[in-house]
Amino acid sequence: MTTITLPTEETAMEQPSRLVLAWRYLRRNKGLAVGFFILLLLTLFTLIGLLVINPKHAYPLSAALKQPPSWKYPMGTDFFGRNLLAAMVVGMWQTALIGLLAGGIGTFIGVVLGFTSAYFGGKIDSTIRIICQILTPIPVLLIQVVIAGSLDKRDVTIFTMALIVVLLAWMGPTLVIRAQVLTMKERQFVAVAKLSGMSDFGIIFKEILPNLLPFIAAAFVGQVFAAVFASFYLAVLGLGPLREPLLGNIIWAAQSQGAFFNGWWWWPLEPAFAMILILGSLALINMGLDELANPRVRKTE
Amino acid sequence: MNLKIIVKRLFFLVLVIWAASTIVFFVPRLSSRNAIRERFGELSRTGGFSPADLEKLIASMQQQFGLDKPLLEQYVQYLNQIIHLDFGYSLYKYPSTVTELIAQALPWTIGLLLVTTVLSFIIGTLLGAVSAWPRAPQWMRTFATPFILLTGVPPVIMAILLVFFVGFRLKWLPLGSAYSVGVVPNWSWGFFFDLMSHQILPALSLILGSVGGWVLSMRGMGITIQGEDYVNFAEHKGLTGGRIFRDYYLRNAMLPQVTGLALALGTVVTSAIIVEGLFGLPGIGSLLNLAIRSNDFPTIYGVVLFITIAVAVLMTALEFIYPLLDPRIREN
Repeated sequence: MTTITLPTEETAMEQPSRLVLAWRYLRRNKGLAVGFFILLLLTLFTLIGLLVINPKHAYPLSAALKQPPSWKYPMGTDFFGRNLLAAMVVGMWQTALIGLLAGGIGTFIGVVLGFTSAYFGGKIDSTIRIICQILTPIPVLLIQVVIAGSLDKRDVTIFTMALIVVLLAWMGPTLVIRAQVLTMKERQFVAVAKLSGMSDFGIIFKEILPNLLPFIAAAFVGQVFAAVFASFYLAVLGLGPLREPLLGNIIWAAQSQGAFFNGWWWWPLEPAFAMILILGSLALINMGLDELANPRVRKTE
Repeated sequence: MNLKIIVKRLFFLVLVIWAASTIVFFVPRLSSRNAIRERFGELSRTGGFSPADLEKLIASMQQQFGLDKPLLEQYVQYLNQIIHLDFGYSLYKYPSTVTELIAQALPWTIGLLLVTTVLSFIIGTLLGAVSAWPRAPQWMRTFATPFILLTGVPPVIMAILLVFFVGFRLKWLPLGSAYSVGVVPNWSWGFFFDLMSHQILPALSLILGSVGGWVLSMRGMGITIQGEDYVNFAEHKGLTGGRIFRDYYLRNAMLPQVTGLALALGTVVTSAIIVEGLFGLPGIGSLLNLAIRSNDFPTIYGVVLFITIAVAVLMTALEFIYPLLDPRIREN
């Protein structure tokens, strides 16, 4: 007789590691994967660029004027004598800074207000909700034009840009988080936690918040997208920090010097392509996260 | 839709306009910038009048703009002006009023905006519907789906790409401005075609730049609707594909799409304005651009407030269309 060896528990119930699971998920959610991939390339471009180039070359009068792309200046130079490769690296870095800063603050305000509003309800809830509803239909960018225009030109920096953008951009995440907390509040696990005597803050931080993470992540990416977008538009209108090589500023400068009329096509085109990659990757990630957060809208095809 | 809801919506509209006006009133007054001083400081540098005269001039202008009165009085007066759509005088083109400047620029913007928004909305909705419709021919679906990628290319960037490829490389269409240099506006077909050829690229950038969003939202909705029982039922009843597509599929997606349009209005209008500025068309966008470049603050605030009010009014107007689209709203 042969003895049958029972398979040990480990081999039978092998749970793939989190990394493998994440990898498998990314293979199913192609948009998310492509978005992450483009974003990774952009990050690498910026980080390696920051190590290799001299940031000073991103500012006027540091290179020959109006040179088309060549071996010496891979992306050409502009009318004011910026090396556009350096300008793109620094501009990308500044765009990321504005996006992350404004996105982070906006999401944080949204999460705090959304939670307060939904969890405590009553007068607090209706006040926050009504303020959000009144502010939402106002075209945010135009109000940002007023704010940025009222500032002294010297006061406009990357950081004030981020603040201007965030000032009127927290309503979206507030309403989203509020709606999610409202539905989650009614779920059974919250009721169980309440019955077992957990405190309000315990329930918020230990029960609700972890379940909200995908939504918060999606809201964050959405906020970063909106912030990059808004700061880009402001800069294209000439309301950005004019000295900085922010992507929108480069386009504004190219436009005011009539770059296409004069045949300096590379000047406005490069920041435009960079912007497409940034916005495109963020949009893909945002859609991918939506799918992760709302399994109900996961592909039915 | 009963009277109570209508009154409620109108009250809300007034609240939105009030909030926007209040922000536009207080933000500049919190800032340390003095618009009049900057403007006349500039003039005095070029015109060469003495500093004492400058101070006198600034004081008299301050008085004329009512800036010497207490804040509350200014605020009340300002709100009263807003109600009458009076945004004061332009500093750059004094003595023109801001309202006059807006009135001159507005027809251009309305023309461009109306055509591009309607076209991109219709094209986007149809493409999105087709891309999610399982019975559509394969070639149609493969044609429609890639338009989603345009979501990542906002109108302003689309404008730069189009100017480069179509205007600069192929030289098919002009690079910018309203009509060719040296042409005097007149009522002839030649001028009309010249005018239109300058409108094609801006219009195309606005259409292509916003069509992706409509494709995406319609496609999402289409996928959900397909699973609905009433669509299955219609299929089993033996209705033709076209009938189901039109009456069951598009019809049910219309309400969310129009809601989306109402929500997107602000972005749509802003994009149009910036694109106009980029192409140098004589619309609101160029007015705003010029005002920003010349520190003409009353015009900046006037334009911003005017557009805000227009967007809020349009949004409310769109909401009044809902009952036409959804019988459930009509009856309640």
